[in-house]
Amino acid sequence: MKKTFYLFNPGMLERKDNTLKFTPFDSEENPMQPRYLPVEDVSEFYVFGSLRASSSLYNFLGQKDIAVHFFDYYENYTGSFMPRDTLLSGKVLLAQTAAYQNKRKRVEIAHKFIDAAVWNMLMNLNYYNRRGKELDEQIAKMKSLAEIIPNTDTIPELMGIEGLIRQEYYTAFDIILNDFNMSSRTKQPPENEVNALISFGNMMCYSETLRAIHQTQLNPTISYLHTPGERRYSLCLDVSEIFKPIIVDRVIFKVLNKRLIQEQHFDHKLNSCLLNQNGKKIYVKAMEERYEETFKHRSLGRNVSYKHLIKLECYKLLKDLLGLEEYKPFKMYW
Amino acid sequence: MNINATYINIYNVCKRELWLHANQIRFEHTSDIVYDGKLIHEDSYPLRSSKYEEIEIDGIKVDYYDTKNKVIHEIKRSNKIEQAHEWQLKYYMYVFEQHGVTDVKGILEYPTLRKTQPVVLSDVDRDRIKEIIADIDKIISSEECPPLQKKGICKSCSYYEFCFTKEVEE
Ligand code: SF4
Repeated sequence: MKKTFYLFNPGMLERKDNTLKFTPFDSEENPMQPRYLPVEDVSEFYVFGSLRASSSLYNFLGQKDIAVHFFDYYENYTGSFMPRDTLLSGKVLLAQTAAYQNKRKRVEIAHKFIDAAVWNMLMNLNYYNRRGKELDEQIAKMKSLAEIIPNTDTIPELMGIEGLIRQEYYTAFDIILNDFNMSSRTKQPPENEVNALISFGNMMCYSETLRAIHQTQLNPTISYLHTPGERRYSLCLDVSEIFKPIIVDRVIFKVLNKRLIQEQHFDHKLNSCLLNQNGKKIYVKAMEERYEETFKHRSLGRNVSYKHLIKLECYKLLKDLLGLEEYKPFKMYW
Repeated sequence: MNINATYINIYNVCKRELWLHANQIRFEHTSDIVYDGKLIHEDSYPLRSSKYEEIEIDGIKVDYYDTKNKVIHEIKRSNKIEQAHEWQLKYYMYVFEQHGVTDVKGILEYPTLRKTQPVVLSDVDRDRIKEIIADIDKIISSEECPPLQKKGICKSCSYYEFCFTKEVEE
């Protein structure tokens, strides 16, 4: 099966026939022992260190349908190399645009993203509530705020409620987590360990969503909840809302409470806190494990992974946009 | 509207698939089947190639045309959708006729099943092909995607997950 490869070290990527050769550099930029990856095994690259590569390599990756996602030193997503859009449907683009321009339709779709995101956040809290964490208060507050959602009829109103719910949700993190405190959400840069993990995890989820969207003909720049243009691929922000709680947050709870990631896996600077290389490796591995977890899909009657679930979500959205079937977002029931 | 043999083929399998395909709504599929077909194509008749010609006209591509005997050979992997294969071949014969090549015979071959089947184009078929072309035109230029049909073929269709994924609430 094809796998995602994460390049943490700076280095050079080259083509050697049907194999990719990655030569990592040490801190003096001296080449170290290269690694060879058969191109058939690679689904995409995540690049965290600086990468040297030629345009002919990108041509080759493009042919092989391999995407490359780039992150800067602060772990911010900076962009992607996406294989050529061999699949392009004018019909889909028009349907996506029409839904965006129709105010009612846009808000309706946006509601669904938030609806499912909040539901999935609540599932996380219920899960820990059953395991002895005292979360009744947050759950009650979130539920009462969620009741307002159907009454919001503009995007800013909806975003406002979502913000309040999320604030409440994040206060639960300090109760769920045994050894770490998050206090409040800080981004760019994150100020403490929990924030560093959330930023990093969300970024990964965003890129994975881009991949799924790309495979399903949807145009990632046309979005409903988030304003197109807010981020280059704003539809990824929309769709990943649903999956962040069940993929990213679950993994964070796990790696911290099981002490897989500890104090020594972070770099502290004056006003920022980032995962260091080892920390990233551990987090990425836990994330991969979560992605690969499977369950029996009710309507398909097949086992599907959480990773695959993102693609199915795009299919459902696409069906709605094409007028085939009303979109129902994924809600976790376990 | 540009109709090609693929459309004729899909038309006889599933109208929804035809609409999706014609509207360029196509997904990456596991390429196993395509690959398999190619293998048969390349390996099963390595010595016969000189006898055959490859012909491309009017949106069709015939891989094995026996010019001397005027026979179109169409090689398929399995006979699961035999009817669709037959119509595809009949359409080839029809297009040949339209270009002045008459009295062409057709043979469907299933090498893995060691089976061959002759196909003839009758007047009834000619009328039917005209109807099919008109119908395809109507389907693919329609705004609406044809409804889902539960069929055995769905499970191996590249649109299966697209068609069948939905949320089942508790
Ligand atoms: S899955 Fe079934 S209904 Fe859907 S396009 Fe394929 S054959 Fe048609």
